[in-house]
Amino acid sequence: MSSLAEHTGLDLREVERFLYREARLADEHDYDGWEALWTDDALYWVPAGSPDADPQRLMSVIYDNRSRIRTRISQLKTGKRYAQSPPSNMRRLISNIEVVAVEGADTVVGANFLLIESRERGTTMWAGRTTYRLRRVEDDIRLAYKKVVLVDSAEALSTLAFLI
Amino acid sequence: MTVQYSELIQPERVHGSLYTDPSIFAEELDRIWYRTWVCVGHASEVARPGDYVRKKVAAQDVIMTRSTDGEISLLLNRCAHRGNLVCEDERGNSGSFRCPYHGWTYRNTGEMLGYPYNQGYGGKGKLSLGLGRVPRVDTYQGFVFASFAADGPSLKEHLGAAAGELDRLARLSPEGEVELTAGWLKHRAKANWKLLVENETDGYHPQFVHGSVFSVTGSHIGNLYSDKSTAVTRDLGGGHSENDLRPEFRRMGTPMTWFGTSEAKVPEYVAKMRELHGKQAEEILIEGAPHVMVFPNLFVAEISVFMIQPTAVDETVQNVTAVQLKGAPEMNRRLLSQCVGSVGPAGMLLADDSEMYERNQRGMAARMPEWLDIRRGVGRERVDENGFRVGAANDETGMRGFWSHYRSLMEREDAR
Repeated sequence: MSSLAEHTGLDLREVERFLYREARLADEHDYDGWEALWTDDALYWVPAGSPDADPQRLMSVIYDNRSRIRTRISQLKTGKRYAQSPPSNMRRLISNIEVVAVEGADTVVGANFLLIESRERGTTMWAGRTTYRLRRVEDDIRLAYKKVVLVDSAEALSTLAFLI
Repeated sequence: MTVQYSELIQPERVHGSLYTDPSIFAEELDRIWYRTWVCVGHASEVARPGDYVRKKVAAQDVIMTRSTDGEISLLLNRCAHRGNLVCEDERGNSGSFRCPYHGWTYRNTGEMLGYPYNQGYGGKGKLSLGLGRVPRVDTYQGFVFASFAADGPSLKEHLGAAAGELDRLARLSPEGEVELTAGWLKHRAKANWKLLVENETDGYHPQFVHGSVFSVTGSHIGNLYSDKSTAVTRDLGGGHSENDLRPEFRRMGTPMTWFGTSEAKVPEYVAKMRELHGKQAEEILIEGAPHVMVFPNLFVAEISVFMIQPTAVDETVQNVTAVQLKGAPEMNRRLLSQCVGSVGPAGMLLADDSEMYERNQRGMAARMPEWLDIRRGVGRERVDENGFRVGAANDETGMRGFWSHYRSLMEREDAR
């Protein structure tokens, strides 16, 4: 692990702090704060069916580049994105954090999550494993890639209009 | 207790119990879902001999297979021995299915192939217990339909004028074929299936429900359904309906506007279509894809195809995939990308529709005023040159057509 830290300057504690912050911004619908985490070459992906499904050829639940992330956030901010207006109440736990690889300037991190979402429809439990690609940009850490593989990605899903 | 559908379904209003009463839902399964033609999938999902994919017709677990001779069968996923599922994988390629419980095997057309330790049955070939087969299977433009009734109207009769809309979708492909090969999103809504069906050609809601995404993307879709729009809602008969947006696209008069793009963005596709269709290409490229609800569960929304699956009186799964046009890779990438952005659990359009279905369902728990109103546009409806009822772009003409056909199916004397 120390050799990874040498390459990227990201140690596990920094990684954790970033993941927890990202989770909190999403849970609390801090849309501007969450959007500001992303790099310009961002990719935000929630596969459907198989986690290995080719997103260029097959349907995904979410497959957003930076411009579509902006659209998604702008829509949420109108207050008339009814699937999130009123917004879900939710909290997620992030655990089993592992630094998977270092690729150039990026640190690839895997982590499990468990999220409880409460809204008038009912309480929904979401869980899965997320792969993050974190990049140090000057004094900051930014998010270049987030792939969320839901444990129930092969099943019918309820509306998922919050930031997962 | 016999439900009096003529009392619950009136020309300008329908009763809330139609969406909430479990006994009505049970009757719908018998009289609609396990009787009339229901769309199950598309032939392109089982392109090669031996291909199979699991599907659902309401609660029925069905395996769609393609046999060596190319024929498509719909087999019920239930072993003739102890009722076990014979197929667990979502899709694959195999000439046969073997039940994991006691090893009974079946051909992919449903016939029994064998059973282990056959002396217990008096030897080989003594049993001829096949898998259940959906009695009638037919396809149109590759869409595979099932009818659990051994006889009744043919698929062509069932589709009626809606067939022409599927033709209109297929002609957008340079090879004249639609493919549904992008896999499916499965979106669960806590709402009765009819709320989804009615919404699909409801031109009244887009400006309200989808105002958020229209405003942030500068989309022109809202205008297509405004009070100034020249588009129309058409009752195509047989419970089918469409939002015919062609008048608006013709008025704009530019190729690919229907797809929110210009021909400069898809030059190879446009050139190919012009080479193929000559003068008629302009009409095809201007008019674009249909927006049609085919009774009871196939919805084509220009770039997306939906198959609606009821799972309970208050729960429905909306399956959705991107239209893919054979021979148009340049279009297919864009179709997929736009579709993924719009539909499914996180879609910038459909998540909000789904939220509305669920609120409708919860709202109907209130005891009054009992009825849902479907009269919008009654006073300005006309009959077009083909004899179909036509309303304004945001009128409830499609809903009235749906309910009229629904009532005729639910009231049938021989329904039981």
